[in-house]
Amino acid sequence: MGLLSLAIWMPIAFGVVLLAFGRDSQAGAVRWLALVGAIASFLVTLPLISGFQLGSSAMQFVEKAMWFERFNVHYHLGVDGISLWLVPLTAFINVVVVIAGWEVITRKVNQYMAAFLILSGLMIGVFSALDGILFYVFFEATLIPMYLIIGIWGGPNKIYAAFKFFLYTLLGSLLMLIALIYLYVTSGGSFDILTWHKLPLSGSVQTLLFFAFFAAFAVKVPMWPVHTWLPDVHVEAPTGGSAVLAAIMLKLGAYGFLRFSMPIAPDAAREWGMLIIVLSLVAVIYVGLVAMVQQDMKKLVAYSSVAHMGFVTLGFFIFNPLGVSGAIVQMIAHGFVSAAMFLCIGVLYDRVHSREIASYGGVVNTMPKFAAFALLFAMANAGLPGTAGFVGEWMVILGAVKANFWIGLLAASALIFGAAYTLWMFKRVYLGPVTNEDVKGLVDINAREFLMLSLLAVAVLYMGIYPKPFTDVMDASVMDLLKHVAVSKLP
Amino acid sequence: MMDNSSWMTMYPEIVLLVMACVVTLADLFVKSTKRTATYVLTLVSLGGVALLHAVYADAGQTLYGFGRMVVSDPMGHWLKCFATIAVMVTLVYSRPYAADRDMLRGGEIFSLSLFALLGMSMMISGQNFIVIYLGLELLTLSSYALVALRRDHTQASEAAMKYFVLGAMASGFLLYGMSMMYGATGSLELSAVLKAIASGQVNHQVLVFGLVFIVAGLAFKIGAVPFHMWIPDVYQGAPTAATLMIGGAPKLAAFAILVRLLVEGLLPLAFDWQQMLALLAIGSLLMGNLAAIAQTNLKRMLAYSTISQMGFVLLGFVAGVINGETTLAANAYSSAMFYMVSYVLTTLAAFGVIMLLARQGFESEEITDLAGLNQRSPLYAGVMAICLFSMAGIPPMVGFYAKLSVLQSLVASGQGFYIGLAIFAVIMSLIGAFYYLRVVKVMYFDEPVTATTVSASLDVRLVLSTNGLLVLLLGIFPGALMALCADSIVRMLAA
Repeated sequence: MGLLSLAIWMPIAFGVVLLAFGRDSQAGAVRWLALVGAIASFLVTLPLISGFQLGSSAMQFVEKAMWFERFNVHYHLGVDGISLWLVPLTAFINVVVVIAGWEVITRKVNQYMAAFLILSGLMIGVFSALDGILFYVFFEATLIPMYLIIGIWGGPNKIYAAFKFFLYTLLGSLLMLIALIYLYVTSGGSFDILTWHKLPLSGSVQTLLFFAFFAAFAVKVPMWPVHTWLPDVHVEAPTGGSAVLAAIMLKLGAYGFLRFSMPIAPDAAREWGMLIIVLSLVAVIYVGLVAMVQQDMKKLVAYSSVAHMGFVTLGFFIFNPLGVSGAIVQMIAHGFVSAAMFLCIGVLYDRVHSREIASYGGVVNTMPKFAAFALLFAMANAGLPGTAGFVGEWMVILGAVKANFWIGLLAASALIFGAAYTLWMFKRVYLGPVTNEDVKGLVDINAREFLMLSLLAVAVLYMGIYPKPFTDVMDASVMDLLKHVAVSKLP
Repeated sequence: MMDNSSWMTMYPEIVLLVMACVVTLADLFVKSTKRTATYVLTLVSLGGVALLHAVYADAGQTLYGFGRMVVSDPMGHWLKCFATIAVMVTLVYSRPYAADRDMLRGGEIFSLSLFALLGMSMMISGQNFIVIYLGLELLTLSSYALVALRRDHTQASEAAMKYFVLGAMASGFLLYGMSMMYGATGSLELSAVLKAIASGQVNHQVLVFGLVFIVAGLAFKIGAVPFHMWIPDVYQGAPTAATLMIGGAPKLAAFAILVRLLVEGLLPLAFDWQQMLALLAIGSLLMGNLAAIAQTNLKRMLAYSTISQMGFVLLGFVAGVINGETTLAANAYSSAMFYMVSYVLTTLAAFGVIMLLARQGFESEEITDLAGLNQRSPLYAGVMAICLFSMAGIPPMVGFYAKLSVLQSLVASGQGFYIGLAIFAVIMSLIGAFYYLRVVKVMYFDEPVTATTVSASLDVRLVLSTNGLLVLLLGIFPGALMALCADSIVRMLAA
């Protein structure tokens, strides 16, 4: 069994074992087993990084076996510089989420932990699948655990949110399925994504394919104006669910653009690139402004996610190395930062049971340790140099300026909004005098929460101070992708 | 000529007939109200018959018997094997349910099921209009009786009545169409009919007229819109055991007569019947999915969902012949077969769970009756969820590959109209996902109404878990079943 297979199936196997545990009286054992499973699955992904051959744009750690012959579908896995970091990131966030749910979840603990472990395996599957059907299966299967996570452990309006999440993303994926089948037929019976990259396609076909993929990935990212499901879902999802959703699941969509839309339909991608750029800029600026007026912390961070993911799609479609690598770095950084932001809100919510900004004030007085962490993550979210949030955004803006000064200027101006809403929220929640009895009675974070937040803090700082390991691996792949996109595929 | 080989082609059916008579007779001597002896004897006979079919199918020969009245080919034997297993599974699920409702008093449920299966087998291997018709009648007459088995129950009697009247009308349509075909071609035998039509000597108008009646009759039997009216009423009204008996295994036989009549007999008219089936498919997808949303009764919802699933199966038939080219036929028909087999597998488990939850005096038919099932019994909630996700076509359940293969055969045609049909089907499945998800929602997100845990005897539990697991496992490893369907269809077309 290859490393990637292990990374996919190990968490799933642990999840299935957890499902066999019955009652909540065994919750203690369930938690420890889940933690062991998550950590082991994370450790399995580390050799991927150390064993990755730099400077090569080829797929590495490739595994290929016939899956079912009738449609020539293969169990085909591999990672390149674009997807490499997303695999350990997923496993890492999974560890954090298991720790985050430790005491908070008291109902159906085994199902909760199992859902996250299985989800983690499925998402790693999406990032490493090189066969269209395999990709689709993993991509779609992630809906089931997420649907259950939102619906079982979510807030008061969870059912509406669960349905909205499922149906919105399903609609996008179904159109993608037609595109996949069309490519299969056109390529003479192959579901191999890398073969599709070389397939000549006429202009109108490329446009149709591009928009079929766009339907799937834009909803998942989510891009403005199909982003409306995200705030609703975040508000209702449990903390762990929000963290995984923002940190990893949104990246499935962004990743799809790089793996499918751009290389398969490069002419259409160039033709419609401006549309994506405009939508991204709207996301960055308009959604940034929307974030500023939110009363609910989770909603604020959710809108901020949409804005940050706008930088990602913006970076992709300016078609230069800085922009694309910057966008990928931003994907990883946003994975750490948004997870941290949601977990911080979770910490407060567990104590006060409110997400309203107005319910807080002066938290720093009663929870100094926690406020220090929150400040770090807020700074990272605002894109302060030295934190993970800075690197990606800075690269994207630099790339954008190179491509077109005005796009760069607009994108850069959005940083101000980002800083404004993040710092304003921080000020209203943490600073100033203690405003009410709830805050007065707060207890600072315990060892478990300290551990969970410091894991993320280390990641955020490391990535901010020394981003080289992240950018090094993607150079060759990004150059290769851009070279590919620059060449017309029209027959 | 009635030589030995003739008897050999129908050997499993002969065994089945003998065992059906034996079971009927033996039941007279069984005194216990639980009918354990009859039950075991029935299961053992069915097991034997299924095994025989599997052995025949594996041999892979195509033989004709009784003067080309019946055929023994891999497709037929696999379908009969699956149908036999489906009847077995149905009986396992049904026994506790039937016992609770005093439906085991006479043991007819076992003999009727065996005779229904015999009817299905005849439909599946028929090569002659009359044989196919006789098989169909044997199946439907047994089914009418099964639906009416709770004679003191008004709803069931009403359902039986509706089923009987509409079913008789459908048989009439079918018979009328067959007689017109006979009048036009001068033969009742499928291969001779095929030859006569292919020669081009027959008046096309008469043929199309007959075809309309045959397609209408078939559409009645599988419940495609606009001939679907009986499905929701019968599914809801019949005792669940009988619902499963008419909604499960007979679907495989219905698939077989679609193939035998339309493909083996009337392939030269493909252009005409494909158009009719396309209309039926569009109507079924639209009507089935939209009407299912409004249902509060689970059995009724599943009935409408069946209508929409049949729309998908029909789409498989639509994509077979393009502009007179039969190159895609094998692909398209095997996708329809795969769809049907996986649908039956999923339906069995779904109705199995419904029967399991029902208790004496409580039918557990409303969707709200499933509330909080996950708390009461995670296993059965899991099985039901797997089935619902499969019907919605979410990977990695087997239903996804069923939809995938049908869509693939549509897109492979490369024609705008068929790709449009594929997109339409996809949008309809999105609507479908909504009502399947609603049931998952009730099971997982709602608070249970009662705290009672669900218990079942070991055999039911074992079969149901295996059934649910198969829906998942065949989704992860669909290769073998796909190859089996493709292989049987290719052999059937070659013969």
